[in-house]
Amino acid sequence: MLTLESSLGSVETLEALAEEYAFAAGFGEEMASHIAMVAREAAVNAAMHGNGFSAEKRVRASFELDERALTIRIADEGKGLDLGTVKDPLAAENLLRTSGRGIFLMKALMDEVHFRKLTPGTEITMVKHRIQKETEA
Amino acid sequence: MSMTSSTRVVDGVTILDLSGKITLGKESGTLRDTVLAIIAKGSKKILVNLAQVSYIDSSGLGELVAAYTAVKNAGGELKLLNLTTKVRDLLVITKLVTVFDVKDDEASAVGSF
Repeated sequence: MLTLESSLGSVETLEALAEEYAFAAGFGEEMASHIAMVAREAAVNAAMHGNGFSAEKRVRASFELDERALTIRIADEGKGLDLGTVKDPLAAENLLRTSGRGIFLMKALMDEVHFRKLTPGTEITMVKHRIQKETEA
Repeated sequence: MSMTSSTRVVDGVTILDLSGKITLGKESGTLRDTVLAIIAKGSKKILVNLAQVSYIDSSGLGELVAAYTAVKNAGGELKLLNLTTKVRDLLVITKLVTVFDVKDDEASAVGSF
């Protein structure tokens, strides 16, 4: 488990680590880029939206690679994410919103995305099955 | 590498050549501000060339949308040129490809305004 400050530097660190793990898992360049990007989205959610870039709050992350999948967990110490307030970015009335696509991209590009309420905070778990590397373009 | 930009004018169309990454960071808002500066100079036909943009995240998508809206609100048109596969994939997934007029050839893109 990594413990990082709530900063853009931590976001960059987690993005780079995710890409390294994705390559280690055997994913191609394009999928590795997608995995790095969604890790970045989760890290931004944690550091900025969850922790408000607070010097007092930490971002915690872990990367787990086994024969089945790459699993990325990123957690914050914020007030907690209310998924009920997350708007559908594909709805016509939301297409021109300038934010609100991060969680959607995680769900679109990963095989599994789970949210767990912490006290305090939220943990996002994202899973990409390694079997997909066989069929990746 | 963060985003860098330069502008040139071809047949009355301002082409904004972007390169690097469009992501959350110190440069957030730069794209919208650059587009607003182009509008302030009187140009309302803006072609954003993304050929050298290697990476974009949800904040970057938001930047593109903000730029599009700013130009539209000013009575102008903003179109996108030369999307990389990664950026095109994101625009398709998010349905933003239905918002933007996306072009693959500069000459025909300039002529389309």
